[in-house]
This record gives sequence, structure tokens and C-alpha cells, in this order.
Amino acid sequence: MKNILTFVAGLLFGIGLISSGMTNPSKVIGFLDLFGYWDPSLILVMLGAIPVALVGFGLIERKRSTMFNEPLHLSGKTHLTKSLIIGSFIFGSGWALAGFCPGPALVSLGSGNVSALIFVGAMIAGMVFHDHLYRPVFKPKQS
Amino acid sequence: MNINWEDFSPVSSLLGGVMIGTATVLLIAFQGRIAGVSGILGSLMQLKNTPKGHYLWRLLFVLGLVSASFVYGLFWALPNIQIDTKPHLLLMAGVLVGFGTRMGSGCTSGHGICGLGRLSIRSLVATLTFMFAGFVSCFLFLHFFA
Repeated sequence: MKNILTFVAGLLFGIGLISSGMTNPSKVIGFLDLFGYWDPSLILVMLGAIPVALVGFGLIERKRSTMFNEPLHLSGKTHLTKSLIIGSFIFGSGWALAGFCPGPALVSLGSGNVSALIFVGAMIAGMVFHDHLYRPVFKPKQS
Repeated sequence: MNINWEDFSPVSSLLGGVMIGTATVLLIAFQGRIAGVSGILGSLMQLKNTPKGHYLWRLLFVLGLVSASFVYGLFWALPNIQIDTKPHLLLMAGVLVGFGTRMGSGCTSGHGICGLGRLSIRSLVATLTFMFAGFVSCFLFLHFFA
């Protein structure tokens, strides 16, 4: 049951991304291009998503366990690090270049889009490079 | 600033946002996990020393994302997708997104929705940073170098 619901959560997430317009790179770039012909739609995506998350996370974090009474896996990190800021900056630069972020790229991959395939392949390579080469060499203490 | 009212889609974007928010709540309610796509995908690439149950929920969530176009297409017409980025720039963008999201511990979903939903200052800083970088990168590639 839990496994089916997890699949459904991914499916709903993906359908939400399609409906919102996030899976269309030219729309995402239309939002990030403040100095062009600006499409503010993506603000509405956050306005739709964040209040729902705020209420839902609030209730579940107060309960401190899942509906199956299992523990929550939440990050308790509160400190700001250089990695957080530099990494987010690198991510944002790449996001604007292609108009894809990880979720929408996976959804578009599922529609058989070749550009999404190229992007996802490169994205996984970037993740593996960071986790298995960069981090062990430059940040060996961080797990 | 010129607003593009023709492509502005407040209703479908807001509805999509509500579905995305609901999906993050479902994942925390059922699995106790944060719906951060870069973290989930990155952890699937961790091949050694994984605890029992490491892969299954991540794989199912990713399968859900990948199946979304098919399921959406059963009920509605899929929206048109337009990609103007050339393949070599797509490759570069992919590497930057993969590396950057792992270094910054999250992307638009993990920091931008779940983190902000949890009122995390770290996620707020990360979200403001990647949005700012996105605006700058767009300006450079579309107006300055072009």
C-alpha cells in the first residue's frame, strides 16, 4: 500500500508539473527572462504549492511520524554554508540555460523527448561527478 | 518590463502548483520523506553501503514522475513543449544542474517547495540564490552575449 501511494505521489507531482507549465522549457525561460517578454506564470506555481506544503508539513511535523507511524526523515540543518550558496548558484545558471530543472526534466524524459534525454544524461553525470569525485576529494568530512 | 499576457496561465499554473504541493505532503505523510527530486535521483546513484529500503521508494517516486506524461495524455492533450537550447548547451546545462543541486543539497522541489513549506532559512537562501542566478544567466545568454 505504502509503495503504491509513493508511486501516486510521484505521478501527481509530475502531472502537477505538466499542468503548471514547468515542463515547457521556453515557458520557464520566459519567466527567468526578466528583461524580455516576461511570463509571470511560475510565481503562481509557487503560490499554489507552498501554502499546501506549509499546512501539510506543519500537521505531519507536529505528529512527528508518518501515517504508518514510522519516523520522519527530515534535515535538521540550519547553518548556511558556502556549498549551499555556490551550489545553488551553479544550479540556477544551468536551469536558465536549458529551462529544465530536475523534476520537469524527468517528466519530459517520460514523454520521449530527445532533448530531455540529453539533459538528464548530463545531469546524472554531474550528480555522479559531484558525489563520487568532487565531494570525496574536496569535502571528505561531509557525508 | 514587458509582461507576456498571451502566455500567462494563472489558472493551470496555480492548479499545477496545488497538485505539486499535495504530492510533497503525500510523500512526507506516507514515507516520511522530502520530495526533493535532485536528492532522490542523486541517492539512486549511490551504489555502495546503502541501508535496506534505500532504493525502492526513490525508484517508485521517479517512476511516477516518468509515467506522468503518459497518464496525463490519457485524459488531456499534452501541452506543447518548445526547446530552443542547442544540444551542446543542453549538455552543459545538465552538468551544471546535476552538480549544482548536489552541492547545494536541493533544487526547485526540495528547497523551493518543501524547504520553504518548512520555513527553512537554508532553503530560503538557496531558493533566492538559484532564482537570482537564473535571472542573471538568462540576461547574459539572451541579451548580453546574443
